[in-house]
Amino acid sequence: MSATKPLLAVEDLRVEFPTRVGLVRAVRGVSFTLGREKLGIVGESGSGKSQTGRAILRLVAPPGRLTAKRLEFDGVDLLAADDRAMRGIRGDRIAMVLQDPKFSLNPVMTVGKQIAEAYRAHAKAGRAGAKERALEMLRAVRMRDPERVYRAYPHELSGGMGQRAMIAMMLATEPDLLIADEPTSALDVTVQMQVLAILDDLVTERGMGLIFISHDLNLVASFCDRVLVMYAGRVVEQLRASELGQAKHPYTRGLLAALPRIDRPVKDLPVLRRDPQWAEEGA
Amino acid sequence: MTALPPMLAVEDLHVRFGDVHAVRGVSFQVRAGESFGIVGESGSGKTTVLRAVAGLYEDWSGTVGVDGRALGRGRDRAFRKSVQMVFQDPYGSLHPRHTVDRVLAEPLAIHGLGGAEQRIDDVLEAVGLGRGFRFRYPHQLSGGQRQRVAVARALVLEPRLLLLDEPTSSLDVSVQAEILNLLARLRAERGLTYVLVTHNLAVVAHLCERLVVMNQGRIVEEMDVAQLSARAPREDYTRQLLRASLGYDREAARGMVAFD
Repeated sequence: MSATKPLLAVEDLRVEFPTRVGLVRAVRGVSFTLGREKLGIVGESGSGKSQTGRAILRLVAPPGRLTAKRLEFDGVDLLAADDRAMRGIRGDRIAMVLQDPKFSLNPVMTVGKQIAEAYRAHAKAGRAGAKERALEMLRAVRMRDPERVYRAYPHELSGGMGQRAMIAMMLATEPDLLIADEPTSALDVTVQMQVLAILDDLVTERGMGLIFISHDLNLVASFCDRVLVMYAGRVVEQLRASELGQAKHPYTRGLLAALPRIDRPVKDLPVLRRDPQWAEEGA
Repeated sequence: MTALPPMLAVEDLHVRFGDVHAVRGVSFQVRAGESFGIVGESGSGKTTVLRAVAGLYEDWSGTVGVDGRALGRGRDRAFRKSVQMVFQDPYGSLHPRHTVDRVLAEPLAIHGLGGAEQRIDDVLEAVGLGRGFRFRYPHQLSGGQRQRVAVARALVLEPRLLLLDEPTSSLDVSVQAEILNLLARLRAERGLTYVLVTHNLAVVAHLCERLVVMNQGRIVEEMDVAQLSARAPREDYTRQLLRASLGYDREAARGMVAFD
């Protein structure tokens, strides 16, 4: 947006996992900056896009290793932050929404209690205040009957409602940055549109930064401001979302060509031919 | 066309699960050699229709006819030889401790078909894997290779009608393209009839000639793929589904309504 300091600066980020068959380099030198905008990270399974999102919150499961030349969020050096400082950042200033609400909500606790609990972990609020906040958030994500959803258990909600409840929980603390990892992939397309509209408003109205991780190129092209295309743990191309159609990298172009089109059906879809060279070069 | 009976004729199909009336009077016909799509959102009943045709449910009513023969409650061996199904998740639909060879040999043994060696080699060749894959286990295969094995398993009995339940939904875009090309080629080579269930309108536009759109257990609209490609559906429900499938649009999102 402005020429001021970026919200997030990532330089030469690497995530590695030692395994029986040798070192797996999941993320291999990723660099980018993020302002108060919608940044998409696209790639296929195994490209390292989810690991990149998790690494920002230093969520790398042992024995995995995270290194970077720079990992700075709003002036805070995340690499130097101790566990206590990280707990203060996670869920408060940087929040994360994962793909499937079935697995990210606690099945034996009502939705409202979970949202209130998450809020009280970060804000100085009493029981009544937290409940009020939870209801306010459920209204913000356009639940038709927030009181009912507050009292409901996760299994009593549809996928779209569960995902909106997750987003409500993440937004209660008014984070500056939201990392959303395939937040709408488990949802029907019409519900997906509504959830995206909520995220869109949060970026425009509150000035939140959003990292939107997805495998869906068309969706990212139409929703985000900028896109990073990842392949084999690296960013192979970085471009404005509106210019995805003019992508230069053969991987990006191959992915776009491989998508079947509603309006222009073709007889044979061009199949992506992978060049080993792509895994070597950086953007 | 001619007086040939349709390959699949479904008339007033109802499926109930206890109190839930999942499919409410669905009728459609699929011609021999045609590729027919059933699209809809989750809970629309599209997969239930397919599974009812396959004979996977007890509690259904209406008539289902395959190649001019009305089917009874159960499904006999001849039905199972001529109608085969490919499931969505190749990680769930292959037995983890059976080799590809065993997966393909079992249906042949059940149906008493000879020349298993040759048939297995041929079908693996047809799905683009080759005989080198015969003695591999599912965990030694990628998602796309697994789905090729699932297609091979369906084809090894030389069926005439394939029921495809979201066959590419759990695959990466580049792998999806390979499987869609494979399905198109096999249909052309073998004169197969497809019924494809999917939530993805682009996949239907690519693989089918005709489709029905389902919502809340009913057919909302039947149309040609040309009509879909021209973005000219008749019903509001289909228009909204199509709009939402074309990518994000702030204005369109504001206007989205629930159809009950």
